[in-house]
Order: sequence, then structure tokens, then C-alpha cells
Amino acid sequence: MGDEVLYQKVFPVTGGDFDKAGEVSTQIKAILKGSGIDSTVIRRVAIASFEAEMNVVIHADEGEVDFILTPSDICLVVSDRGPGIEDIELAMQEGWSTASDDMREMGFGAGMGLPNIKKSCDAFEIESEVGKGTTLHMVINHNRHQP
Amino acid sequence: MKLSKVVELTKGEYLCRQKNDPDIICCMASDMMSDVLAFAEAGSLLITGLTNSQSVRTADIADISGIIYIRGKKPDEQTVELAGELSITLISTELGMFETCGILSAEGLRGVC
Repeated sequence: MGDEVLYQKVFPVTGGDFDKAGEVSTQIKAILKGSGIDSTVIRRVAIASFEAEMNVVIHADEGEVDFILTPSDICLVVSDRGPGIEDIELAMQEGWSTASDDMREMGFGAGMGLPNIKKSCDAFEIESEVGKGTTLHMVINHNRHQP
Repeated sequence: MKLSKVVELTKGEYLCRQKNDPDIICCMASDMMSDVLAFAEAGSLLITGLTNSQSVRTADIADISGIIYIRGKKPDEQTVELAGELSITLISTELGMFETCGILSAEGLRGVC
């Protein structure tokens, strides 16, 4: 990246806490709204952040969102301590989900989370170890035209 | 179409009303929030039977102007308060999903996909 960090904040996320689920992404969106960044870019960041945050709440024990703003990019690193993903290629397919029926009743588990994140980002990588956890690296450019 | 017109057409009730009366161009009807995040356009109206706080969070994240809850469903007080904080209009209608979509579609609102 090599860019100067203008702002950085780490937000903790608690697995299974559906009352607070989404709070971190709401906060990130509010921070960006005051930055003068284009609203369509902010919306993409918020969607990527929210889906990743919900994945931690749904699947993991705990995790965190590391939000970094540089002059050219918004970077989100979402890491969790949880079950990990056995088959990343399968998890990236639209409609594939391991969420429980309870989660589906709450409006999640459509199998759109990771595809939505990928669609929203300019760069996206997943690292996962079964039984340990998952880390998502997301980058969205904010100082150039949308891809 | 003004959001107030949507309320009139669906015989809806405001649960949380904002000062502005936004123009609604398109609607998304779904109980799956990831589908809403994937397909809804900014400024849409969300028609849903899902009344938990995630409906309001999703609306905020996706820049949705308002939510209409169908079949007389109403979210809890905490969720209504959250909508107030995030400036999202909440409406409840006694109509079902099919009737709500049919009425709004016949009046010229379009779907998002």
C-alpha cells in the first residue's frame, strides 16, 4: 500500500451478539460521511463492512474490524476467532451458506455475504484456517472513479 | 412517488417519521437482508416482514429511505428508536407482501432487479 495512514481504528465484534450486530459498520459509515468521500464509495464500504461484521456475529466467537483510511484507499481487515472456512471456493458461490435456520429467520444466511463483499471491493482476499478463524482483507479506492 | 403517497396507498401507519418526505423511485421486497444489500438501490423503499433491528441496520447501510412492514407487523421499541437515530422512516401496513407490491407496482413504482 505504502500510503500514509490518515485515520485508523480497531473495533471489537462479539460473536452471537445480534443486538449490537451492525453497530461497527454504522460507526464506520458515520466516520466516512464526515470525510467528503463520495456517497457511492461510502455505501460500498458500508456494505462490505456490514456483511463481514455479520459473518463474525453469525459464525465466530469474537473478532475485530481494523479500519484504515489512507489518501487513496479505505482498507478493512476483519479477523475472527471461529470455525474457519473449509472450502473458500464454495463459500464464494452465491447461495451457498452454512448459517443455521435461526440465522435465516433473522434475515441472514442467503449465501450472498462473501459475494456481496467481493462485488463491493476493488481488492479482496480471504485467509482461513479450519478450527482457528478467518481474516478478510478488503480495499476500496476512494480517490478515483468507480471500477 | 412521495413516501407519504405510499402510506396513503397501502393504508399504512407511520411508526417512525422523518421531517422530509423523500421521493421513492424503486422498491425491494425481501426478508433476506443480504439480497437487499446486493440489489437494492440507494433511495429505495424496502418492503419486508422482517422486523428485527437488522432490517433497520440494513436500510441504513444500503441508503434505503424507508421500510414498510407487511401484515401488520411492527418492530420492537428499541428498533423504532434506532430508526429514529438513523433517520429511517418506518411504516406498517395490514396488507400482505403480494398486495403491497401489487398496489405500488400498479401506481408506477418499479422493482430493483
